[in-house]
Amino acid sequence: MRLKIQHSTHYRFDTPVKYGLQQLRKTPKSSPQQQVIRWQTKVKNGRKELEFEDFHHNTTELISFAPGTTELSVISEGEVALNDTHGVIGAHRGPAPLWLYLRETDRTRAKAGARSLLRGIEAAAPTLEGLHALADGIRAAVKYEVGSSHPEWSAEDAIEAGRGVCQDHTHIFLACAREMGAPARYVSGYLMLDDKTVQEAMHAWAEAHIEGLGWVGFDVSNGISPDTRYVRVATGLDYGDASPVSGSRVGGTGETLEVQIDVAQQ
Amino acid sequence: MSETQYFDEMWGHDETLRQPYRQFHDWLHRENPADLRAKQREAEELFRLTGITFNVYGRTEAEERLIPFDIIPRIISAPEWTKLSRGIEQRVRAINAFLHDIYHRQEIIRAGRIPKEMISRNEAFLPHMIGVEPPGGIYTHIVGIDLVRTGPGDFYVLEDNARTPSGVSYMLENRETMLQMFPELFSQNRVQPVQNYPTDLCRSLAACAPPAAGSQPVVAVLTPGIYNSAYFEHAFLADQMGVELVEGHDLRVVDGRVAMRTTQGYQPVDVLYRRVDDDFLDPMNFNPDSQLGVPGIMDVYRAGGITIANAPGTGIADDKAIYSYMPEIVEFYTGERPLLENVPTWRCSDPDDLAHVLENLGDLVVKEVHGSGGYGMLIGPTATKAEIAGFRKKLKARPGNYIAQPTLSLSTVPIFSRQGLAPRHVDLRPFVLVSPEGIRVTPGGLTRVALKKGSLVVNSSQGGGTKDTWVLGD
Repeated sequence: MRLKIQHSTHYRFDTPVKYGLQQLRKTPKSSPQQQVIRWQTKVKNGRKELEFEDFHHNTTELISFAPGTTELSVISEGEVALNDTHGVIGAHRGPAPLWLYLRETDRTRAKAGARSLLRGIEAAAPTLEGLHALADGIRAAVKYEVGSSHPEWSAEDAIEAGRGVCQDHTHIFLACAREMGAPARYVSGYLMLDDKTVQEAMHAWAEAHIEGLGWVGFDVSNGISPDTRYVRVATGLDYGDASPVSGSRVGGTGETLEVQIDVAQQ
Repeated sequence: MSETQYFDEMWGHDETLRQPYRQFHDWLHRENPADLRAKQREAEELFRLTGITFNVYGRTEAEERLIPFDIIPRIISAPEWTKLSRGIEQRVRAINAFLHDIYHRQEIIRAGRIPKEMISRNEAFLPHMIGVEPPGGIYTHIVGIDLVRTGPGDFYVLEDNARTPSGVSYMLENRETMLQMFPELFSQNRVQPVQNYPTDLCRSLAACAPPAAGSQPVVAVLTPGIYNSAYFEHAFLADQMGVELVEGHDLRVVDGRVAMRTTQGYQPVDVLYRRVDDDFLDPMNFNPDSQLGVPGIMDVYRAGGITIANAPGTGIADDKAIYSYMPEIVEFYTGERPLLENVPTWRCSDPDDLAHVLENLGDLVVKEVHGSGGYGMLIGPTATKAEIAGFRKKLKARPGNYIAQPTLSLSTVPIFSRQGLAPRHVDLRPFVLVSPEGIRVTPGGLTRVALKKGSLVVNSSQGGGTKDTWVLGD
């Protein structure tokens, strides 16, 4: 399978941006399960300051706004070839030690909600079958509903609401997997959908580290392990670490944002 | 408690004048006490004029306060110092190797010399430092090792300050004051100079510049601003080094570097001697509410465009629970026996240690793992019953937050009191500069003295004073 991806983000502001930076995690890396054939990120009304590998091994770019601008466009585009590894990513490579992925974060802290959810899933265990059971249990307890949650929600918030999107499902999975002692991480990436090519947001799923297998992906929202329609872009302890964009700016009030993602088979 | 149970650095255990103090004592003997009293007042006046003051946290009245200075120097002989500085060098080498290892392969954990939990559950471990190769391979460019003495040859390390050790301005100002008042003493006693410290600091920092720097690296000092308790020191050091003193809002990312605003536009900074804590350093990567930092500086750092001194994340090496493993750390990385002693330490995270500590609270000093400045600690022998009971509760609630140590019989050095010379307890913080060119221990340091009779707390925030520290020539 070969996917062609275009991801464009367009910002408009009512007042000029005096100074601003954005940290981008929008560049996929080659691995046994995906081969990046070409990839490029272009910035309009801004410039690339630098690029580095963060502690999760994500390619990270820092861009700055053109001073005084009221618009900014970031367009990432490329082609990726996929191999089916049945969701298995394999041995941990670092640079972060594996134990780091047992650390809870504010968004993935297991409190009463996650613990009670976990108790309700009898087969849940830090094994391949047990983690599939966990994913199924989460999907049953927390309904997938587009636009039903807030980007700032924690795992507990979504459990309490009983609904959420892929980000929430992933956070709940991370909280529960770590609670059981399985290292787990957030993955942000692209998913080719069968019914439409134009999407408004990136997808999110989880990976857990299982003895003997290494890292294995779990798409809680879709109830499957990632296959050749999935492109991994960035990983982290939660959405905050892996998010495609984070930034800070002075000026630039009244932001409007337009995102368009095209994922199509070549 | 009799005063002679403590080792006095001038009079020993048995009232016999010790060698390093001989010449000074002869001089003192010839001086008129009234003149000395005048000199003591003059010294206080000099400090007021130079404006060395100290903000005390948690006190609204008298926000700025002078740290008392005592004119009797603390004197260390050349052989004593040689032994000490070798031990300090060894320790600092080990700390840097430990930091590199902890943020890379973690061999010391694989080798089973430190339990994984000591790092994985440690708040001072900074994931953003994983995989970073700091320019020149240096993590702790400036270190302050806190030492105490209990006998002629018995020095213990109390604390390794590997984040942002402060107090070096007092070392320099104390010497300056003594030189002004008693110039003749310095040549008579062949006291080794400390005044080169700012020049050495600047050279040492420049030697750690990143590859992007030109042949004349640009150094700057980053301060949180005038409300910080050590602002005087930040301004003083920048001035003495002849470099810019900047605040977060003076800096921004320009052309992939961190640059400071000047009258000629933005100029890249190669080495930033920062006196802002990790958490406040970069609102984009750490505490988003920080107004003191520079958004994106951590990105520039990871991309190799700037040297941050000390490196972020060095707190993992001076954490008080890690401290208890320092003998293992020194052996693991240097292959040598530690030259300096560690104070025996009970880790309250360990149930057996905790039980021992709870049973012996009255005899122990209990400290917070991440505490500093003498705050939040219990000194068993001088604490009230209520204080001990309060601490017992705290210990049971959060045992992992505490360590305990025996109370040491800290050495004394005389101070010049109204009744003449009177022994008071002291500690010592020598300052160490680290660069690829080597490790340099400034011959001297900051001697803090507990001015209250019998007190063992030397922290300036708790009523301690300072003395000039003399290291004699060979």
